[in-house]
Amino acid sequence: MAVVLVDAGGTNIGSVRYALQRLGVDAALTSDGQTIRAADKVILPGVGAAGPGMARLRELGLVELMRSLTQPILGVCLGMQLLCDWSEEGDTPCLGVIPSKVRRFTKVPSLRVPHMGWNSLNKLQAHPLLKNLDDGDQAYFVHSYAVPVCEFSLATADQGVAFSAVIARSNFHGMQFHPERSAAVGAKLLLNFLEL
Amino acid sequence: MLSRRIIPCLDVRDGQVVKGVRFRDHVVLGEIVDLALRYRDEGADELVFYDITASPEGRSVDRAWVERVARLIDIPFCVAGGIRSVDDARAVLHAGADKISVNSPALERPELIGELAAAFGVQCVVVGIDSLRDVDGEWRVRQYTGDPDRTRALPRTTLDWVDEAQRLGAGEIVLNCMGSDGVRAGYDMQQLRAVRAVCHVPLIASGGAGAPEHFRDAFVEADVDGALAASVFHTGAIAIPALKQYLREQGVAIRP
Repeated sequence: MAVVLVDAGGTNIGSVRYALQRLGVDAALTSDGQTIRAADKVILPGVGAAGPGMARLRELGLVELMRSLTQPILGVCLGMQLLCDWSEEGDTPCLGVIPSKVRRFTKVPSLRVPHMGWNSLNKLQAHPLLKNLDDGDQAYFVHSYAVPVCEFSLATADQGVAFSAVIARSNFHGMQFHPERSAAVGAKLLLNFLEL
Repeated sequence: MLSRRIIPCLDVRDGQVVKGVRFRDHVVLGEIVDLALRYRDEGADELVFYDITASPEGRSVDRAWVERVARLIDIPFCVAGGIRSVDDARAVLHAGADKISVNSPALERPELIGELAAAFGVQCVVVGIDSLRDVDGEWRVRQYTGDPDRTRALPRTTLDWVDEAQRLGAGEIVLNCMGSDGVRAGYDMQQLRAVRAVCHVPLIASGGAGAPEHFRDAFVEADVDGALAASVFHTGAIAIPALKQYLREQGVAIRP
């Protein structure tokens, strides 16, 4: 199985790659359109800000390509946000393959932003990506922007208000947390993605 | 609900994990990767590695062990020590660290915090603060604490620095209360509460953990997001699974 990591400049690419290696998959790091199109699975990691993330995809000529892919795609953290229509972060139009908007967490005195740490995943919809996910399973989050709960939310987490932890529409999937840093729970979810 | 984090801290010197009391008299505890894996297996929520001599010696972190840890470890980890520029930080992040922590170099040049936040996002940028109460009762910041001969007391108060660091782009603050560090008599609750009141990003308590109750106090009474400790974990005085079980019984949100 050919799994590729789209090199859009996110600093967590190495970590995602190592996590896949721990699952026995050697994923190639690429920004080459043909390689991406030919892959069985495509992962878009991302750490950073939405504007530079989209600018990088544009520079690499990957915007239309990413939109047109038909194999399973997984966006991680910022990578998930880039699958949405638009991000409040820098007023950035994104790939628009999952119709939703990315919003900044509201400042509430008792809640810290960034939302950083382990939080419980609450399953909303049955989906192969969430196979064997148990109530109370926790994943590691680090972010200041989030996708509100919408019809594409498969699982939520709670930071004062519920937000989308996992989203999906057709072949496009996103995880707001870092499966590569979410211990056994993260490995389980990455494996589910590889088995889609 | 967001869990409170238990964070073992590994002080790294010449590629090995060491521990000193009140930042002095270091003894070797073991290999970096062995200890990292042990804590991961025991349920640590995150790890922090401090290259304690990098900053005083004016050099950057050795990337080779960062990469070794990143390959093996599936929980987040932060690397501190000698990160003085965006390029230094990029090298450590690309080696696989999830966050970088800056301390002395940020005191030399506070703009560094903003540069790091702009380059990588605030979520990657941790500001470590070594703080000690002076005779006049004010908590003030210390610099170059990795080397006792070079450690300097700065005129800057801790509370001012916490405020400034956040404004510049710190995504998390680790407050190391030097007065309580290494003596296991509990975190400096008064100082933690004072800092919590002005800290709107995640706050990590450091320095003084000696018993499970100390973690509970920091979480419940000072509302910190994470508690960092070293010697109690390294010596086995506190086992992480038992600590987490105790905290759960005390009603603290903890990852299973």
